[in-house]
Amino acid sequence: MSKTKLKLSGVRKAFGSNHVLNGVDLEVESGKSLVVIGGSGTGKSVMLKCVLGLLQPDSGSIKVDGQETVGLSANDRGEVMRKFGMLFQGGALFDSMTVWENVAFGLIQGRGMARNEAQAIAIEKITAVGLSADVGNLYPAEISGGMQKRVGLARVVATAPEIIFFDEPTTGLDPIMADVINDLIVDQVNDLGATALSITHDMASARKIADYVAMIHEGQIVWHGKVGDLDHSGNEYVDQFIHGRADGPITRRAA
Amino acid sequence: MTVHSKATAQQKSIGPIGLALHVFNALGAAVLGFLEKTGSFSIFVGRAVAHCFMPPFFGKQLLRQLIDIGYYSLPVVGMTAIFTGMVLALQSHTGFSRFNAEGAVAGVVALSMTRELAPVLAGLMVAGRVGASIAAEIATMRVTEQIDALTTLSVNPFKYLIAPRLIAATLMMPILVLIGDIIGIFGGYVVAIYNLGFSQGSYLSQTWDILETMDVVSGLVKAGVFGFIVAMLGCYHGFNSQRGAQGVGAATTNAVVSSSIMILIFNYILTQVFFS
Repeated sequence: MSKTKLKLSGVRKAFGSNHVLNGVDLEVESGKSLVVIGGSGTGKSVMLKCVLGLLQPDSGSIKVDGQETVGLSANDRGEVMRKFGMLFQGGALFDSMTVWENVAFGLIQGRGMARNEAQAIAIEKITAVGLSADVGNLYPAEISGGMQKRVGLARVVATAPEIIFFDEPTTGLDPIMADVINDLIVDQVNDLGATALSITHDMASARKIADYVAMIHEGQIVWHGKVGDLDHSGNEYVDQFIHGRADGPITRRAA
Repeated sequence: MTVHSKATAQQKSIGPIGLALHVFNALGAAVLGFLEKTGSFSIFVGRAVAHCFMPPFFGKQLLRQLIDIGYYSLPVVGMTAIFTGMVLALQSHTGFSRFNAEGAVAGVVALSMTRELAPVLAGLMVAGRVGASIAAEIATMRVTEQIDALTTLSVNPFKYLIAPRLIAATLMMPILVLIGDIIGIFGGYVVAIYNLGFSQGSYLSQTWDILETMDVVSGLVKAGVFGFIVAMLGCYHGFNSQRGAQGVGAATTNAVVSSSIMILIFNYILTQVFFS
């Protein structure tokens, strides 16, 4: 039986009168990839930020390797953060640094590694995501959106995290580049043996990178199952979402 | 009954007590909002200052900020100081000549520059140059999720972004103002000698005689406080920026306006402390 790496129980978060998360319950097994699907504004990003500690949930529990992370002290939170890696939707590359400095940032500043040693690892990771070593000397503004995603992925895997979060990894990319990024995600996550939690509304991406899929709607998980069961989930929310139908329970409730 | 007619009926049934409750409600909300903002700012200041003294320290970031805030502000502070000193000599000569007190020009220039004009004008110029730049840079990092990225890479944004800027601004402002004092007094000297016909020796000796250590030190202490204010408000508004380009613009404007006002308020408070 697989060990639970990440467990969310009854997580709630509101911004004023806007209740974004209404009791999210979710589990991710160690070494597995879970993709959370859902429409815009359903609470996917807020859920991810609560897990990462970037937002404090109003109530509920978030456990990593069985350790409660809600309400941790700054020092303990720092230890937990070392297990995490995150690929941001827009890449979130530091524009004042070159590509290799971006990739090596977590190693140099976060782990205190020597600059030369970190540079060698950064170049290795840059080539592992299909870019030439020369790209390492460019600045993020000098490379394309697809290349920025690859650099973002190289930065994530450089610190060898145990859990990797992907926030809309294929948004804004053409279908071919999106597929390339999906392949890279699968390869890199498998190489590290990491646990992955992704949020997306790109179904092609979800089918490619997921072992399990969960659907979030109005701040609650309405379905959770294996990726192979997605097409016969028996859940009307999932059916409407994966087929992209304008008519269904999601749009009826929204109207 | 339609929504509009329901609302009209409600308005009619409010009456004077209901109206008073509405006013108190709005007033209460404003007071609570103010207290919330004050509390949030106080917590931010506390965290920022604490991180200036707690390791790890990012020396390279501090060096970069010392150069950005100190060295690159020298031209603007120098230009402000020299022309302020020159104008001060001209204006005080014009005014004092009415009372046959032209001899006080050197003292007025020296005291005004060291006690007030150099620290306040340098503070306002640095608020425009550095405060705006800090707020815009950090706000852009917030909007593009670079600050979140720092956290996920196990780097505390308070240590990496805020502490170096606070330390650099607090340390560099007194140095800038000391240079501004010298340049401003030199500007007054040039106008007095070459335009107003003062003798070099008497002007310099009058300047030297009137200046006391406290005049210079008070200006330098003010400068340190102004540097801290500029960096802190730049960081605060940038760090708490709202999303989008409009959020970055608002953060920049708020940083410059609030730090300029705070400089003027603290200038009065510090003057009261030093010279009352």
